[in-house]
Amino acid sequence: MNTQTAAFPAPSSLQVLPGTEQAQAAYPYYMQFTAADDARFWFYNSMHFPEPMSAFDMVTAEAAYCALGSSTTRVHCLPTTLGIDYRIINGRVYIGGNAVTDPAQIARRTGEFQQRAFYYYGNWERLYAQWREKMLALIREAQGLPKLELPEFEPLANVHAGRGIAANHALLDIYQKTLEGYFRMWHHHFEFLLLGYGAYMTFFAFCKKAFPEISDQTVARMVAGIEAEIFRPDEELRRLARRAVELGVDDEFKEGRTAQAVMAALEARGAAGREWLEELATSRDPWFNINVGDGFYHYHRSWNDDLSMPFAGLPGYIARVKAGESLKRPIENLQAQRRQLIQDYRDLLGSEEERQAYDQMIALAHRVFPYVEGHKFYCEHWYTNLFFNKIREFGALLAAHGFFAREEDVFQLTHYEVEAAIIDLMTSWSNGSPPRGPERWPQIVSERRAAIAEWARHSTPPALGPVPDVIDDPAIVMLWGITRESLDRWLRATSDAGSRELRGFAASSGIVEGPACVVRSVEEIARVRQGDILVCQITNPTWAPIFQKIAGAVSDIGGSMSHAAIVAREFGLPAVVGTGNATSRIKDGQRIRVDGGRGVVTLLS
Amino acid sequence: MGAGAHIAWFDEIGLGDREQVGGKGGSLGELTRAGIAVPPGYVVRTSAFERFLESLEREAPVRAAVAALKADDLESITACSRALRRGMEEAELPGEVLEELTAAQARLRAGTEQPVAVRSSATCEDALDASFAGLQDTYLWIRGAAQVPERVRSCWASLYSVPSISYRLKHGFPEERVAMAVVVQIMVDAGTAGVMFTRSPTTGDRSVVTIEGAWGLGSAVVGGEVTPDRWVLGKITGEISVREISDKLIQHVPAANGGVEAVAVSDERRRAACLSDAQLQELSTIARQVERHYGRAQDIEWAIDRHSGAILLLQSRPETVWSARDAAPIAKPQQDPLMHVMSIFGTRRCP
Repeated sequence: MNTQTAAFPAPSSLQVLPGTEQAQAAYPYYMQFTAADDARFWFYNSMHFPEPMSAFDMVTAEAAYCALGSSTTRVHCLPTTLGIDYRIINGRVYIGGNAVTDPAQIARRTGEFQQRAFYYYGNWERLYAQWREKMLALIREAQGLPKLELPEFEPLANVHAGRGIAANHALLDIYQKTLEGYFRMWHHHFEFLLLGYGAYMTFFAFCKKAFPEISDQTVARMVAGIEAEIFRPDEELRRLARRAVELGVDDEFKEGRTAQAVMAALEARGAAGREWLEELATSRDPWFNINVGDGFYHYHRSWNDDLSMPFAGLPGYIARVKAGESLKRPIENLQAQRRQLIQDYRDLLGSEEERQAYDQMIALAHRVFPYVEGHKFYCEHWYTNLFFNKIREFGALLAAHGFFAREEDVFQLTHYEVEAAIIDLMTSWSNGSPPRGPERWPQIVSERRAAIAEWARHSTPPALGPVPDVIDDPAIVMLWGITRESLDRWLRATSDAGSRELRGFAASSGIVEGPACVVRSVEEIARVRQGDILVCQITNPTWAPIFQKIAGAVSDIGGSMSHAAIVAREFGLPAVVGTGNATSRIKDGQRIRVDGGRGVVTLLS
Repeated sequence: MGAGAHIAWFDEIGLGDREQVGGKGGSLGELTRAGIAVPPGYVVRTSAFERFLESLEREAPVRAAVAALKADDLESITACSRALRRGMEEAELPGEVLEELTAAQARLRAGTEQPVAVRSSATCEDALDASFAGLQDTYLWIRGAAQVPERVRSCWASLYSVPSISYRLKHGFPEERVAMAVVVQIMVDAGTAGVMFTRSPTTGDRSVVTIEGAWGLGSAVVGGEVTPDRWVLGKITGEISVREISDKLIQHVPAANGGVEAVAVSDERRRAACLSDAQLQELSTIARQVERHYGRAQDIEWAIDRHSGAILLLQSRPETVWSARDAAPIAKPQQDPLMHVMSIFGTRRCP
């Protein structure tokens, strides 16, 4: 096809689905498409936001792009790119890069960049240690926010102490602090991220030039850390499986038994059962603060909030322990393998000069990578969890005052609307009149829920607007893996709908055939059966317990550095990621073949 | 080993003996030395050629006649070539050479009727580029014992073919340094055969081995008469990243009367992979062994014996195309290692 003239639909040609106009209008004005947006290229950020966004959850897009752009545009001053613009339509988040093209500007920004970014690279360990302290302080702050209370009368002690501020004010204060903390967390999130990815990409690009046929996953294996925080939750689970066998309480963990039932049975078992429950408690804080998604949706609950996920993984691990496996990751072996891999490729290079350049690049990649891998646990998981749970507390309070039926309904309001509802409640508490919210919000909440359901039923184009000749915005290439080649693949995918093959990144090699279990949201994960091939929009390492059940994995989104790819490789499962549309092309139960070495999925039935 | 002055067995020689055994002979000896299996055989050394030439030159000059020619005078070259080749084809082999050759041939065949290949192995193959080696004759599937001395003589004579003479004159190669050894080697009745490259022919990647193969004799693959199956294996990961199974319409098999013939491949084998994963890994291991032995990338011809299943190497040549392009390093070490990141952050790739 002639890709020169290729274009995706213009934003203005995209219709807000009939009946959802009110829900669309609820999103703030600055994220609505306008006519001027037709001239630009946009792509659907299905990597981070694979499902329609509820009004409140858009706060993640706001906070993240605010912080990402600050880092690229103003803090580290990336020479060729500013920040990311974002829009929402039908609950789908589209984003577009903001490139710097004027050579004089690039030169000026290059000077700034080297004074800033190079300082970070040069002082990485110290700054990263400092970053951890900042993050832990932020987490402690969020944990320390008071419980929400609206007593009938102000406590006497407060009055006698001459406090002079009444209890209703605390609601606004806590809400604003909660929101502020979330925005702040995202600044921390991006403090190192682009620099980290950039150093990795530098090494990656070198390897691709030196070894044009090297797989992405091989480069990833040379750089990926072995003891990253993101592996810890699953390691804790394996530890708990070992402890269950050691304590002789493993027979309580049966497939299909709820976490509550297992815990009650252990409580009744006496000392051994209680000892295991204590072990569980130490694992939960903090390692179970991990979302079953990427942490961008309020309903991606953590293991702590919903023990069904970790408990679903325990019977499988226990069976393996009883079969004699230690379930300990062979850290030293993995480290030795990584060293050998790096050495073997180094030996193949053509000259001593290239070997020295290689050494320099991989040293930098290793230096930065602990952050790239480690930040997610603190940011997207631990902190995000605290944030959504605090908002949930407001939901419970507002629900208790009749603003809507359930605490979860709070996420159907934008963060501005939540603040409005809080002020409404504060006012009502202060003046003794009933709040106005109960008349207003239930109708809106149900309208918006219906809109999200409607949006989820329709797919949305992967991109909008004219196709640029090259995608060389480092932020977009690094964070989303989008290149001109992937756009061409998307354009082809729409015209090749009749073909029996899907292509994606070869994430983990091996070939497997089996029935597909198409999981469109994390809530469906319980349907996955032993031997299924998991087909999902985006996989996540917190799904690790599921990986022991499945025979292979396919995802719509993700590159070979996605944690799904890493986990698949650890489990030795064939995986193809970033297919673009596997969840819509593959039917649930359909037999498919996954060739993880070639990145091809074939529909067999 | 009991070989006479004019015969050398593969395990007695190496690349250092090319003056006496030619490029091909030296390479087969070197592979044998490296522990790589090749079809058994021996080399008729250049000393036999020299002895033959001596007896001819008693009648009329050979080397001097060629040296006197002009590269652009095709007519004289053709006339000279015709006269020299006729003289050579008609001359007797020196008695001691024939005697040693007959003994070696008997030992090689060890009482069987195995056909052999008789291949030219000129001493100047390395000094000139790879295309020179192809200008001299090779005779395959030689069955009768009497045919071997004849074919050896034909190989010698092929050094004086029009293209071979023209090539040497054009490159100004001194005639007194031109000599011809001849390799005599058991033919492999291959069930599967092909080529492999320790450096990707398409991308120049040093980290992969590309293997191409088809059913039957390798001549169908080398001659381009069949689209071979193709695989790419990571040298380090062992991962098979490309598997292209082609429709292999024909295969070459030994013909009853000598030579090869093309026959149709049965329907069920046409689209079947001609190598198992285990064979691919074994080939890749051999490729790396050869590459390591020579210290540079190699293009290799291989065959799998239809009867024994053994993998045998027929030939290994240094890779030349990508090696010639390696002048500039992909990246140089930087005084400040951080400057490397500017390749990602600092430039715009123009459309």
